[in-house]
Amino acid sequence: MTAISDREQLSYIAAQAADARVNVEIETEGMTLNIGPQHPATHGTLRIVAKLDGEQVIAADPIMGYMHRGYEKLAEVRTYPQVTTLINRIDWVGSFANEVPFILAAEKLMEVEAPPRAAWIRTILFEMSRIANIALFLGDMGLQVGAVTPAFFAFRDREHVLNQIEAATGGRFHPNFDRIGGLKDDLPAGWIAETKRAMKKMRNFCDEIEGLLQGNEIFEARCRGIGVIPADVGLSYGLSGANIRASGVDWDTRRDNPNGLVHNELDWKVWTHPDGDSFARFWVRLQEVRESTKMVDQLCDGLPGGPVMAKVPRIIKVPAGEAYVETENPLGVMGYYVVSKGDLTPYRVKIRSASFNNISITPWLLKGVYVPDIVTILGSLYFILGDIDR
Amino acid sequence: MSRLSSTDTPVTEAADGDEAEVVETDEAREALLAKIEGELGDAVVGSHLAPGDDLWVRVDRSAWAATGAYLKNGLGFQYFNFLSGIDWKPSPFGRDMDAQVDLTLGHDEASEIDMSIQPGVAGGETRFQVFARVNDIVNGLGVTVKVDLPDDDLSVASWVSVYAGANWHERECWEMYGISFEGHPGLRHIYLPAGFEGNPLRKDYPLLARRLKPWPGIVDVEQMPDDDEEENVS
Repeated sequence: MTAISDREQLSYIAAQAADARVNVEIETEGMTLNIGPQHPATHGTLRIVAKLDGEQVIAADPIMGYMHRGYEKLAEVRTYPQVTTLINRIDWVGSFANEVPFILAAEKLMEVEAPPRAAWIRTILFEMSRIANIALFLGDMGLQVGAVTPAFFAFRDREHVLNQIEAATGGRFHPNFDRIGGLKDDLPAGWIAETKRAMKKMRNFCDEIEGLLQGNEIFEARCRGIGVIPADVGLSYGLSGANIRASGVDWDTRRDNPNGLVHNELDWKVWTHPDGDSFARFWVRLQEVRESTKMVDQLCDGLPGGPVMAKVPRIIKVPAGEAYVETENPLGVMGYYVVSKGDLTPYRVKIRSASFNNISITPWLLKGVYVPDIVTILGSLYFILGDIDR
Repeated sequence: MSRLSSTDTPVTEAADGDEAEVVETDEAREALLAKIEGELGDAVVGSHLAPGDDLWVRVDRSAWAATGAYLKNGLGFQYFNFLSGIDWKPSPFGRDMDAQVDLTLGHDEASEIDMSIQPGVAGGETRFQVFARVNDIVNGLGVTVKVDLPDDDLSVASWVSVYAGANWHERECWEMYGISFEGHPGLRHIYLPAGFEGNPLRKDYPLLARRLKPWPGIVDVEQMPDDDEEENVS
């Protein structure tokens, strides 16, 4: 046995390691890492081609289109009521919210206004879509950083909301319930009381998630300071929803431009967070779910009576014109730019979906981050592929 | 009262005094339009102001980049909303892809195809237009900016250097309409596979699904609440 003391051995290892580190910094072969298209963090089929230098990303290029369905083209050959069937499938976990801005845009062109009861029920279902959608995020965000339990809680408790949406509309994921001039039906008997019970359960769910994740050492270490988006950069990329509010921008379409929904008659608060990191995005969404459950409670209490459908012609022809209506959907601002030529079908529908803008920041944001943080950042930006690809 | 009114909510008359009186003047948007016209001068070739609602401005192609820069840096429209294109020339296929049942429902006049280009809000002289929307989130204002593109040169300056978010939108517009953006860092396909031929959102690009399988049309329309059978035939 050679007589090398422990001390000598350790110093040798340290020297080797230092050499290796220098080598890494001087000449490393670049590596291209393909993430996806099938990856749990991508909520669908997004592919990211990341060029790596060691553990660090030097360039990331998202590649989408694996699920492009061409809704803008398809909408041009469908009548206005038929279009809602398509747009249900843009953001499939908060489907009802997709219908609302399109219907509002058509109503704006037709100069039809939904009766108050319809507007209130619309707002209830709109907020419930948000709860169902973001509940999934809250569980999923834990999963991205290695905590499996929150995901099970989310899938369990989301059912309370989905059951209520199904009870009212007949569809768990694709309600297709909104109509030009109002709603398909009124609410079923007993729905209000059951909904308020569901909202209570969702508040408990939020408390549970908060208890599991917030303050958890691993969760905080993997989210704090990761993927910081300054407000001005976020705005120029068109980020919206919780993603921009987590960067300290106090802007919520529900409050600033309610567009036919009744959020302004409720008592609620727009939550913002100054940090702009992954944790801030998680935290803002958590508060938003809580705020939405309170909104639904208030809406249920103050629901006006009356019809749920205005008088509209049976064959809907929308007068010529252009209208853009946007609402604050679960994923961010969603808008439809509808061009009509007085026909049965829209001439052009530009779908401004939230996730397309939200995810367009990734080439900028992923530059320089470490590989494990890619998943945290993608998870915290929270996108649904259907909302990107359309 | 609706037939299907819920039993667990008291029926109250919707006596909501929320009938906002029609806004005839809109000082904020008028001032905004005046500022844009003051800065860009003759480059503003059309505009439309819907009081209390929205503003459209159509600018000359040479001033497209200056418009973006002025909106962002001069007027504080920091928020990039979207950018897209539109093809104003109606589809040469007309409605022949629609089902017969649609054609009989008060749509006989469309049997002959009107191929004339009728521009939309804020006017237009060419077949293709690019339009973009930006927002001033502090004052809650949005403006839709349009630009005409001549058929023989479908290109316009890129907004990427002003609004970083325009990157993907311009790629989409290039792919869907064949409009190129000068100064764009990489006009590549975004949704469609590389090497895809054609520009799907142009009106003369046929929708093959309709060719292969005709649309059934407006059949099986559901009953509206309070709708009598007699009224159904319109």
